[in-house]
Amino acid sequence: MKQLKVSVWRGEEAGCFARYDVPARDNQTVLDVVTHIQRELDPSLAYRFACRVGMCGSCAMTVNGRARWTCRTHVRKVAGADGALELRPLANLPVIRDLVADLAPFFDKWQRAQGFFKPKDAPNGAVPDEFAVVAPGSEARREADAGIECIGCAVCYASCDVVAWNQDYLGPAALNRAWTLVNDARDGARGERLDAVAGDAGCHSCHSTRSCTERCPKQIDPSGAIAGLKRTLFWDSLFGGKRHG
Amino acid sequence: MDFRARSHPSWIGFAVHRVSGLLLALFLPLHFWALGSAIQGEARLDGLLRWTENPLVKAAETALVVLLAAHLAGGLRVMALEFLGWGRAQKDLVALSFGLSLLVGLVFLLNVF
Ligand code: HEM
Ligand code: SF4
Ligand code: SF4
Ligand code: FES
Repeated sequence: MKQLKVSVWRGEEAGCFARYDVPARDNQTVLDVVTHIQRELDPSLAYRFACRVGMCGSCAMTVNGRARWTCRTHVRKVAGADGALELRPLANLPVIRDLVADLAPFFDKWQRAQGFFKPKDAPNGAVPDEFAVVAPGSEARREADAGIECIGCAVCYASCDVVAWNQDYLGPAALNRAWTLVNDARDGARGERLDAVAGDAGCHSCHSTRSCTERCPKQIDPSGAIAGLKRTLFWDSLFGGKRHG
Repeated sequence: MDFRARSHPSWIGFAVHRVSGLLLALFLPLHFWALGSAIQGEARLDGLLRWTENPLVKAAETALVVLLAAHLAGGLRVMALEFLGWGRAQKDLVALSFGLSLLVGLVFLLNVF
């Protein structure tokens, strides 16, 4: 049987690659390969997954140099003709062990970008008197829709050069989430959120390299969302705008 | 740097923009020095201008014009992306930027020789 030659990162930040031979199959995801190694060859291998169907966002790794969701990445799409696979933990994040990156900084930045819904009409959690009417075809609704299916996998974050250069940079996923909320008519924190995402740690550091958009497995366009934030901040600061409305 | 993660048109567009910007910034002092030489008398500037008739210098000038055109086109690309939200046209924008800068370089070449 044909063998895949798999190099897997072992250890922490200062680790090294270990080589495993894994039987190649017709239908096989990268996560299947990792699972085979852990079950059949080396039970001490640490990696992370949950849903195996592209919903939870926990299985992302660096596969042959690119960040990917491993449960929905077919080996035949990424391995060379020689069957070589190189697996590392996600870049731009601390390594806990082997293929497991620490996502705490990533989720901390969602909080810092105010990437959570703050209802406008019900400060005490009470049910608002009137329902917000959101027309499905409206510009704002379409902008929010385009970014809302994010699964928090951090593939974009691991692919972003600015995250690597500036450790305070909020990153594509957090800014994308902020943009969906800026476009949510029911949200009451527009001004605070725009303040949180402006400046050197925020959207203005993005250089539109579009690696995030290129790599997002959910075909989300964080780079476009960041451009939307830049535009909104530009016009709002020029004309006062409805920032604190 | 791992180019396996970066080999897509937008990143290449970004890299060309940055490298051309930095090279232009390097050229700027030379440019000011040449202009400054005008203050030290016409003869000096004339001597310098005669030196620029040299084909090798002309070739270097063409490269400079291409760099400036590439940087300008790259800057327009960034503004189309960020101001007009032309995300979907990104690949066309990169191609257009490169095409435009080469065209400008060619026109310059035809004019200097
Ligand atoms: C001729 C003298 C010029 C020099 C020395 C220069 C230099 C630079 C440098 C070093 C950068 C930083 C690149 C980066 O951060 O990736 C830059 C960025 C930029 N330049 Fe220029 N530039 C010049 C002319 C222009 C012109 C004519 C435009 C026309 C629109 C332009 C538009 C831009 C834009 C939009 C950026 C931001 C790009 C980004 O966010 O990556 N520049 N420039
Ligand atoms: S477009 Fe901006 S956020 Fe996305 S990868 Fe590039 S620098 Fe990072
Ligand atoms: S925007 Fe895409 S790549 Fe980034 S965390 Fe969300 S789903 Fe993952
Ligand atoms: S295991 Fe849930 S997205 Fe891959």
